[in-house]
Amino acid sequence: MAPAALPMPDAFLLQAGYNATFVTLGSMFLGMAAGVTGTFLYLRKRSLISDALAHATLPGVGLAFLLMVALGGDGRSLPLLLAGAGLSALAGLLCVHLLSTRTRLPLDAAIGAVLSVSYGLGIVILTVIQALSAGRQAGLEGFLLGSAAGMLQSDALLIGFGGAAAALLVILFRRPLLLVAFDPGYAATCGVSPARTDLMLMVLVLAVTLTGLKVVGLILIVALLIIPPVAARLWSDRAGVVVAVAGGIGGAAGYGGAAASAMAPDLPTGAVIVLLAFAAFVISLLVGPVRGVIPQALRRARMRGHLDGAG
Amino acid sequence: MIPQRQIAPVASLTVPALSISGLSVAYDDTIVVGDVDARFMSGTMTAIIGPNGAGKSSLLKATLGIVPTLAGHVAFFGEPLDTVRNRVAYVPQRAGVDWDFPARVLDVVLMGLYGELGIFGRLRPSHEKRAMDCIARVGLTDFARRQIGALSGGQQQRVFLARALAQRADILLLDEPFAGVDAATEKALVQVLHALRGEGRAIVAVHHDLATVPAYFDHVLLLNRRCIAEGPVATAFTEKALAQTYGARGAAHA
Amino acid sequence: MGSDFVMLSLVPMVIAALAAVACALPGNFLLLRRQSMLGDAISHVVLPGIVVTFLLTGSANPWAMLLGAGIAALFSVLLIELIVRSARVEPGAAMGTVFTAMFAAGVLGLERSGASGVHLDVEHALYGNLESLIWLDANGWPSLADPKALAGLPPELTLLAAVTAVVGAFVVALWRPLSVATFDEGFAATLGLPVRALSLALIVVAAMACVAAFSAVGSILVIAMLICPPAAARLMTNRLGHQVWLSLGLAILAALSGYVLAGYGPLWLGFAGSVSAAGMIAAVSGVILGLAALTGRHRRRTGSPLSTPADRPYKAPNA
Repeated sequence: MAPAALPMPDAFLLQAGYNATFVTLGSMFLGMAAGVTGTFLYLRKRSLISDALAHATLPGVGLAFLLMVALGGDGRSLPLLLAGAGLSALAGLLCVHLLSTRTRLPLDAAIGAVLSVSYGLGIVILTVIQALSAGRQAGLEGFLLGSAAGMLQSDALLIGFGGAAAALLVILFRRPLLLVAFDPGYAATCGVSPARTDLMLMVLVLAVTLTGLKVVGLILIVALLIIPPVAARLWSDRAGVVVAVAGGIGGAAGYGGAAASAMAPDLPTGAVIVLLAFAAFVISLLVGPVRGVIPQALRRARMRGHLDGAG
Repeated sequence: MIPQRQIAPVASLTVPALSISGLSVAYDDTIVVGDVDARFMSGTMTAIIGPNGAGKSSLLKATLGIVPTLAGHVAFFGEPLDTVRNRVAYVPQRAGVDWDFPARVLDVVLMGLYGELGIFGRLRPSHEKRAMDCIARVGLTDFARRQIGALSGGQQQRVFLARALAQRADILLLDEPFAGVDAATEKALVQVLHALRGEGRAIVAVHHDLATVPAYFDHVLLLNRRCIAEGPVATAFTEKALAQTYGARGAAHA
Repeated sequence: MGSDFVMLSLVPMVIAALAAVACALPGNFLLLRRQSMLGDAISHVVLPGIVVTFLLTGSANPWAMLLGAGIAALFSVLLIELIVRSARVEPGAAMGTVFTAMFAAGVLGLERSGASGVHLDVEHALYGNLESLIWLDANGWPSLADPKALAGLPPELTLLAAVTAVVGAFVVALWRPLSVATFDEGFAATLGLPVRALSLALIVVAAMACVAAFSAVGSILVIAMLICPPAAARLMTNRLGHQVWLSLGLAILAALSGYVLAGYGPLWLGFAGSVSAAGMIAAVSGVILGLAALTGRHRRRTGSPLSTPADRPYKAPNA
């Protein structure tokens, strides 16, 4: 465990102990995977689906805990909690899909409905757990806002490897993902099934969400999937570059946030990571060469000068 | 038939129903319509034609104040739009609205009466009767109480026309009224529009099919960012002007 | 069902129903404008608004909180709009960027300020504290006619009643322009309607409802009531007026039955204690939506392929 009074650079140089190093590197991989995955989500204009998915993990976490306790365990096994989270996220995703395709409800309403209802259901289950454990902290609240502090070594390993695996998977599947994001009709004629690719994308989003659940929390994990791509889009018109920049921003935010919270365990890890990513977005918004505010203003001024010169 | 509004005969002959001068529209940092001058008289039917991206819809929307203009002046019946709004009707592209909206055909056509009813005006049976007359005029009486999403594309276009009829406007601006419409509907729509022209109203429509221009319209405005030619079909709709508008290739196609 | 009910349950139930109505009303228009997620965004940015207000004023006065949260909501909407316009970011993603960052700032502010020790805590913001809004001065039904007891009603009740009245008056007064502009904004503009002002006004009213409801019932319930009852009603009717009335009925039904289930459900099942009322109300509204999706008379999309809103991108909040 990293002591609170650790001098600043140690955590950033990965000298803050074995666990902190794994969590920091894991968060970096997680940020990279989230940035890259999120880019495909953004290009497919489905960014907010990840919000429904993240909130839909909560009932699963609670039910997994209850099940483990009923079977005599203490309910703290992270892999099993995440398995529950994954299953209920898939159920939520299925509901979004059914509501938006089988009924006349638009996608955004389906997302909002599933998000709020599963979240409400999750809270109901959490209060049941609170009532049952009668004061004994189940520690499930940590899944709401995330915390890198007080993590078991096995959890840190899981997050480190999970983040790396998700990053690797996205890089492997980048071609079909890009093809479908740009033109699903054309992708189909190339033999790339848009439905299957979309499903793969959702699996990747799910992987990122589950990996990030403990560190960033389910309310803010969606930020890691949305902000880096939005920022990266301001830097280039080429998809490959956008993907790389988004991965870079996400990775840097994950690394910085986890290192900062290793230094100061009171800092809410998820919030710091998100704010670092947002800082990158603000910088991109100002100076991003493609759509940044300052370059655009300069171009417009040049055009006006040109027009004045001509007329 | 809807009772006609009295159109002052002298005014309609001398003051254009719509006059545009020096109109420019820009999106972000590209100019999509540049310095267009045009006049549209009552009792005429004008096609705005030009290639994709020529700024046809933007021109229409800019005259109606739906998109902001960069420069220029627009007058309906010699006056600014705000003072003569209830004499102007707009028929947008079908794709622009949500056809899943919870409304029946009758509800949409009743929206055309908004200019008269205002915010608090009471909807009387006479209003409903008038809306039904307009629905009848476009041949949709049997569909009046259906949800709008249940209609075909051509029927939806007719709903929009009926809404414009309910406005009893003296000038109708239509954005691609025949897009995605079957041949029978197209014919029916043209008939209604010709009847309106016969009543002394001005019709301005963005149009795509060069082959039908002489049959449907009496005036044209050839547009490609700038106004290439404008006037009666006989004098303005020439091979040379088309070549200028579409480039040599497009003219050969036409 | 005597004095205990009046003291412990009556006020929370009325507050839940008022919150449900205040949110569901503007929710109908947000649903049709493809802006449902705006409620999600607003309910998240309420937290930083409250935290900043607390840091500035040092007190947890509900009216100051309401003002701070309202300012935060308006600020976020303008920021989203600014990002969409200046950098052409897709509105859904711009929304996600702004509300998550602001929420993160709120969480950080809470932890850093020591406010976490005071009345403000994240869980309160997320779950609400519906169950604690009891009427201590009540002594059975006659208290409803007793001015002294009435003066002891929780301030949240007055606040929500006032906001619900304002929201209701807004929708009634602007019914016609709102429905025309929601269906066809371009056409509404040619009628001379101030479409941008209308759109902004709708968002402000929705934000007001969210903020007022939020302080009493938490963010879950706000999002659920904004979206679920109007969505369920949409699947049951094809007429706007019917949809709005129906959504109000469903919202009240969800609020009352959810509250009762949360309070007494565990007892019926043989457990002690109760579960989160706000969570249960959201869950009940989900069940109602599920039933409507399975059996609603007008649940399916009809007609031309143009009417497939699932593939339409999110609209800009104020475009």
